[in-house]
Amino acid sequence: MQFLIDNFDLFWDAFLTTLSLSLLACLVALVLGTILAAMRVSPIPPLRGLATFYVETFRNTPLTVVFFFMIFGLPQIDFVIDFFPGAVLSVGLYTAAFVCEALRSGINSVSPGQAEAARALGLTFGQSLSQVVLPQAFRTVVPPLGNVLIAMVKNTSIAAGFSVSELSSLLPRLVNASAGDLTAILIGVVVGYMLITLPSALAVHRIERRVAILR
Amino acid sequence: MRITRYAAALAATGVVLAGCSSDAGETTEEAAGGGAEVADDVSFDEGTTMAELADAGTITVGTKFDQPGFGLAGPDGVPEGFDVEIAELIAAELGIATDDIEWVETVSANRESFIQNGDVDMVVATYTINDSRKELIDFAGPYYEAGQDIMVAAGNPLGIQGPDDLAGRNVCSVEGSTPAEEIRTNYPEATLTLFDVYSKCADALRNGQVDAVTTDNVILTGLVAGAPEEFELVGNPFTEEPYGIGITKGDDEFRSFINDTLEASFEDGSWAEAWDRTAGAITGTDAPEPPSVDRY
Repeated sequence: MQFLIDNFDLFWDAFLTTLSLSLLACLVALVLGTILAAMRVSPIPPLRGLATFYVETFRNTPLTVVFFFMIFGLPQIDFVIDFFPGAVLSVGLYTAAFVCEALRSGINSVSPGQAEAARALGLTFGQSLSQVVLPQAFRTVVPPLGNVLIAMVKNTSIAAGFSVSELSSLLPRLVNASAGDLTAILIGVVVGYMLITLPSALAVHRIERRVAILR
Repeated sequence: MRITRYAAALAATGVVLAGCSSDAGETTEEAAGGGAEVADDVSFDEGTTMAELADAGTITVGTKFDQPGFGLAGPDGVPEGFDVEIAELIAAELGIATDDIEWVETVSANRESFIQNGDVDMVVATYTINDSRKELIDFAGPYYEAGQDIMVAAGNPLGIQGPDDLAGRNVCSVEGSTPAEEIRTNYPEATLTLFDVYSKCADALRNGQVDAVTTDNVILTGLVAGAPEEFELVGNPFTEEPYGIGITKGDDEFRSFINDTLEASFEDGSWAEAWDRTAGAITGTDAPEPPSVDRY
């Protein structure tokens, strides 16, 4: 316990890094994931193909490989990206594929009559998607979306291997300095993650109860 | 459609793999197996670690698998290098042949716990002797004196001569290592970039993402030897890193035994031969003067 108090600054900094990395990546994933889902259900084949290609590529590539490509692959073609933005993009782009698929399952659950009714009212594809279908889809997929985002928070730990001093990077650093306090170090790191994931889970639960559609 | 999808995925992987290729370590030593004569009839006092190991006929040794010249494992998982040969010398003295040594990869962060948990009998892994580690485990040796140095791009475009020139520069090391802590503590004006292995530091230096890489000189010479047209060593060590052999705390008999074995190898030249076959072969340097063993 004393060890955690003595090293509070380190844990706090690392916690803030993990938190900001998670929030920014979450933003990227939600925005891009929604766009991808819209593309996948759009009536234009090239858009559908492009989104499918994106989802299958990122969903089937280990996140470490995405990181490697972002940090060490892109500089080979003279595109150097800083480590933190690189981490945000890696985690965000990767998670977007999963957000897209969660959202698409929600879109599939909206009855076709809804979309047909929207068309009958004269709404364009964009309008019927954004006004009628997506709002219902989002309300259906709150729990799976929550799972995706909580998994994403834990996935940010891969950034430790790519020069981002987030929570899990404290493990090798502090263990090397004082291996005797291994238990305290582990507790500190786990509590750090829980401070992000448990409130998220609670929020997801609350939102689900408020917006769930009774069919 | 499906085929193009796979082709694209493969192409992407190819780019990634090309990006991570590190030339370091391609010059693995041919002279594997060492030259240690395995002792025939060994006898140790009942109940000592030596007797237990000799009876079992096998020993578990922790070493690094990613350090050219000291411990570098090929695809078959058998490491080669100076650390490996030192471990083989000790095993031979216990009557254990090289083939009967079980190698376990120990990275910087897990060495103490592997020794404490009994996962390994000893650790020979570019392992710097220091006081905080001595609280948890015991060290035999040192068997080598390294020093922290700096690796820069060939031609040294930034004119870095020592750690003081790192102020405002971006310097790369491995999270959880002593060199990283040294920079963090004593040269806070340098910006630290920390990966989990040194090969990524080499890639980052190649890409211009960092200005320099710092760690023990022997590790850096291994990296420079792998890509001499891309990297160079500043050659101005600024710390002392005595490498020891980590064993269970309180096992004084085993520690004395290893120290005796090391001193004998200093005397009869097998230590220098081991150097010439491994780290010396990579770096092209002669074996240094052996350090004096610290019997604390």
